Amino acid sequence: MTATPSIAREGRGGFGALLDRFPFLPAIVILIVLLVLNGLFEPNSLSFRSLTGLVRTYMALMLLAVAQTYVVYAADIDLSVGAIASLVNVTIIVLMQHLGGGGLSVVAALGVGVLVGLACGLVNGFVVAALRLQAIVATFATSIFFTGLALTILPVAGMPAPTAFWRTYGGSFFGIPFVFYCVAVLAVLLYLLARSRLATQLLAVGDGQQAAFQSGLPVTAIRIGGYALCGVFAALAAFCITGDTASGDPLVGAKMTLFSVAAVVLGGSALSGGFGTVVGSVIAALIIGLINALVFFAGTPSHWQNFVQGLAILAALMVGILVSRRGRA
Amino acid sequence: MSQALSFLRNPLVVALALIVALLVLGNALSPGFASGQQILRLLIVAALLGIVAAGQNLVILGGREGIDLSVGGVVSLSAIVAGNAMNGLDAGIPAAILACVATGAFFGLLNGLGVTLLRIPPLVMTLGMLGVLQGLLVVIRQGVPSGRAAPALSEFVTRPFLLGLPGIIWLWIAIGLLMAFILNRTVLGHRIYAIGSNEHAAFMAGVPVRRMRVLLFVLSGVFSAIAGFCLLGYSGSSFANVGEQYMLASIIAVVLGGTPLSGGKGGYTGTMAGAVLLVILQSILTTINIEESGRQMVFGATLLLLMLFYGRGRGLRA
Repeated sequence: MTATPSIAREGRGGFGALLDRFPFLPAIVILIVLLVLNGLFEPNSLSFRSLTGLVRTYMALMLLAVAQTYVVYAADIDLSVGAIASLVNVTIIVLMQHLGGGGLSVVAALGVGVLVGLACGLVNGFVVAALRLQAIVATFATSIFFTGLALTILPVAGMPAPTAFWRTYGGSFFGIPFVFYCVAVLAVLLYLLARSRLATQLLAVGDGQQAAFQSGLPVTAIRIGGYALCGVFAALAAFCITGDTASGDPLVGAKMTLFSVAAVVLGGSALSGGFGTVVGSVIAALIIGLINALVFFAGTPSHWQNFVQGLAILAALMVGILVSRRGRA
Repeated sequence: MSQALSFLRNPLVVALALIVALLVLGNALSPGFASGQQILRLLIVAALLGIVAAGQNLVILGGREGIDLSVGGVVSLSAIVAGNAMNGLDAGIPAAILACVATGAFFGLLNGLGVTLLRIPPLVMTLGMLGVLQGLLVVIRQGVPSGRAAPALSEFVTRPFLLGLPGIIWLWIAIGLLMAFILNRTVLGHRIYAIGSNEHAAFMAGVPVRRMRVLLFVLSGVFSAIAGFCLLGYSGSSFANVGEQYMLASIIAVVLGGTPLSGGKGGYTGTMAGAVLLVILQSILTTINIEESGRQMVFGATLLLLMLFYGRGRGLRA
């Protein structure tokens, strides 16, 4: 499932070659260490029930990290993913409320939600790739705009989701929790996307825009495509947020944007573009979740928790980057 | 013809023209907006942002994707440190200044070492540091009174000091002159531009690239700490996360001032104008009578529009 350009990296054996093929190896090691530590501090945390809860809570961050990865492939960045997720969250909540909250209304609302995410992605792609504004500041400006839209649709947090909606997200079918079906669908989707032309083209653009252009790639269209894909995945993340919190909140995604960037880096993708995997980002989102759980289970006093989490995430970022550098440099 | 109009492409000229236009617009929307008192109040707010942006500007000028996302955390932290160090007493001010500068320099040093020794991309390093700082704020706030500003500090920030301008504006002007002098007239300044436009060439020419980059991050921490110190005087007491708003605002002020995020060119004079521009824009939006949601949408759209005037990337050519 890795979409790593493997040419030009030949002739090196051992660890380096392994890292080239699987840039998310350091992340997997960190993940396993964290799982073991969690188990040591609180054996119950490795129960099926707890792990299901973990995935249910961090599914949204996994999807946002995936969203971010596709723009980072092309050496761009999207600081509006959290705002897009908030906007989609309030859009589907209000729609479901207006349409009565039945099964059909849920499907209709989700359809509209994906379209809203897509539209936001296209706007980002337009300002960054077509108007050639600097990605960091331009997507920050669009995030303010999207937040304003979300506040127009639902000025204050609190409108509830229909019972059927969050019951489904939190429920089980044939003994398997619903979120694991989501994970399975996500895995298939990511596999198909990794083999898609767009993913390869995004990596090519990230590797060198000028070179990609000169070999005939429609660079602007490809970058817009990356942002569009990002918007759609941010919408999917919003569905999970809505299922998890069961309510609408126009600011719910704001804090997740920077975590999505951290997850991409932790997952082994290069912010400079042209190299990376979505699998790594998904694992890294889980790492962030496990760090938060571990800090809790280790009995850290409540007001120290944020600080320890911050230190642990910084340490994980350093380890991840140092290990992958040693392998690839 | 194009020669004669080329000054229109100067970011500083663009920013100043936009500032005048916004002041006229603001005065039309709400008479009295461009009065002396109001402008003075705006300048104080702009000075706080501008001081943070000075450090941000240096880090960005240094290139190699230089950016400092931790400035907001340092601003908040140093406001709290200052508040606790002086606790409402003028006698505590010197100690508070020392404590703030040390705090800022310490976190800047950590950022710089992470970026140079461990070669972590600045965006990631400072993002991680922001998380640590935010956690630290929660720890410090717990149970401890956040501290109050000394009367002399409040006076320095809000009361006229010389020629009708408060001390903080004079401080900002001094920082502006100092930055212009360093960037244009000293070896240090030339080295900053050198590592920003071509790090390898600068290294070959004997510039101590690593030490320079660490220095830039330390300076960014110190400028943020000074801003946090002054912010305490502006707000009277330090509350949590006062600095959060400065993270992206400082980057936007730099960009609106004509320094591209790729580094190597630009300067601080433009950034000062960018900070004023941003503050006036926000102020106009608060005076017009619309819902918060509409205000945000107008703000976001206006920022995009403003960015169109500046440093758009070069088009691809075959």
